[in-house]
Amino acid sequence: MAGKKKSVISNQQSAISNPKSAIIRSRVYVVGDNIDTDQIIPAQHLNLVPTIPAEYRKLGALALSGLPADYPPFIKRGAAQAEYGIIVAGRNFGCGSSREHAPIALGAAGIRAIVAESYARIFFRNAIATGEQYPCETAANLRTVFQTGDEAEIRLDREEFVHVKSGKVFKLKSLGAVMPVVSAGGLFAYARKTGMITA
Amino acid sequence: MSMTITEKILARAADKAVVMPGENIWVKADILLTHDICGPGTIGVFQREFGRDAKVWDRERVVIIPDHFIFTKDEMSHRNVEGLRTFAREQALPYFYDPGTPTYKGVCHVALPQEGHVRPGEVIFGTDSHTCTHGALGAFATGIGNTDAGFVMGTGKLLIKVPPTLRFTVSGLKPDYIMGKDIILRIIGDIGFEGATYCAMEFRGDAIAALAIEERMTICNMAIEAGGKNGIIAPDEKTLAYVRARTPKPFTPLYSDPDCAVAKDYTYDVATFEPCVAKPHSPAEYAPARELKDVKLDRAYIGSCTGGKLTDFIAAAVILQGKRVSVDTFLVPATQEVATGLATEKINGEALTNIFKNAGCLDIAPPSCAACLGGPPDTFGRTHGREVVISTTNRNFLGRMGSKDAPIYLASPLTVAASAVTGRITDPREFL
Repeated sequence: MAGKKKSVISNQQSAISNPKSAIIRSRVYVVGDNIDTDQIIPAQHLNLVPTIPAEYRKLGALALSGLPADYPPFIKRGAAQAEYGIIVAGRNFGCGSSREHAPIALGAAGIRAIVAESYARIFFRNAIATGEQYPCETAANLRTVFQTGDEAEIRLDREEFVHVKSGKVFKLKSLGAVMPVVSAGGLFAYARKTGMITA
Repeated sequence: MSMTITEKILARAADKAVVMPGENIWVKADILLTHDICGPGTIGVFQREFGRDAKVWDRERVVIIPDHFIFTKDEMSHRNVEGLRTFAREQALPYFYDPGTPTYKGVCHVALPQEGHVRPGEVIFGTDSHTCTHGALGAFATGIGNTDAGFVMGTGKLLIKVPPTLRFTVSGLKPDYIMGKDIILRIIGDIGFEGATYCAMEFRGDAIAALAIEERMTICNMAIEAGGKNGIIAPDEKTLAYVRARTPKPFTPLYSDPDCAVAKDYTYDVATFEPCVAKPHSPAEYAPARELKDVKLDRAYIGSCTGGKLTDFIAAAVILQGKRVSVDTFLVPATQEVATGLATEKINGEALTNIFKNAGCLDIAPPSCAACLGGPPDTFGRTHGREVVISTTNRNFLGRMGSKDAPIYLASPLTVAASAVTGRITDPREFL
């Protein structure tokens, strides 16, 4: 699919002003249970500092490079970003380290949302604090339906996750207070926007 | 209203009389810990959000302990340490433990308590998931990301959710062949890799009370491997003696109320524990060591915040004295204090350094995280091929020590040392 637009994210701008209209449409990359932070970004790359723009982008190019060899490549050789905007995962996504490099690497690779059965605590929080992606949860086992490369749509307003080809709709758990923080672009941006922090 | 030790510490830090599990509260931090791999990004967030010339909220409470990528030729790692050095100078931080100088310590989670920064009843945030180690001294301690740490650096506060408590009571007379590592690997194996997600893990009982402080640290260190927010052990006389020997600063310990409610109670008789391992690639893949004697090893590794303390090396030396290892055996003391102890501590009149040398171990490396998390390619002990490793560290994730093809078995230093002698996974009771 070389040359194809990486991921289609509609209404992302309006999502910031009005989260109720946010729709994320993209191809998905599917992973299993217990995807740990060493698989998301192996420790040897932690010499990269996420707040330096060139190194932020480099983290993106290395995202999920720690997955087992039998996974399809998340990022094509030489590409800066993935062809996917959504990750579909099982239980305990992001377990292990507190490295914020993990949600950042995924965000820099173009991941705007993850739909998992559950998350490890620190990863979930880091995804929100950085505003890198929506950490959506569902009770459904999505991996019986979704295959890597399938088109999907997240309707944040209706708390739904849609498998486009089959039309199957899965209920997402409410993001609640998490939603406006991610929509604003993270903890600090949200705090400024809502007047919690001045300047 | 009765509360657990975790709830009481958080309530006090939030200036509240009572807090309940699930409640979101703002707490004051007593210590913010960071190191060379998350410190630069934390400082980046702090300066971006609070301004290039902003000052940290309290320079006495920001502790920077570089430890991860220290003994490497990797220039970016050196650049990162240099950035910490500049920041510490600009901010006039009294607690920056600078590599290459006499103030360098080594692994932050062993150095932090050794240098007196961990005090019962206090709140510690650290940019490292194993910050939960410090609950061994009766503190609330948990790992956070760079953005949250940048916020704490500027404000001294953080919004957190009060965790429900899972309480583990381990009773009975602890056999000599059982170490803290065997206790925590069994518990993680029982409750699972995500069995304590969002929860406090409180450990108590006479088998816990009998443990040295360093052994309690091993247990709390691995709370995160079950997804726990914090691990905690109520302070006792041992705790108070340890802390008072290391800091003149006052502190007020807190304790669980006898009738406090917990989310779940687990009880164990320590006599039922066996020397064990966690098989690849999860710390929850419990197996008794005696069941894996067919697993042939290429390498043994003793080190890290989990398994590189003086008590860990003493345990290994008990096995290795007068014997020879049959696989490459890597020794990395967690801190300078541990390294010094290796030379001064003796068993039957023989210093640990000599015991290890005579057993054929590789030369002891300087203190750092080293190969516990792989690291740059020239890291001491890092795997590059298909080495089968038994290690006293805390994680055996795919590729954790460098190579995705190198499987890792986690075990106590007794089990690692016994296995180093035979070249196969070995129950240390064969040598005790």
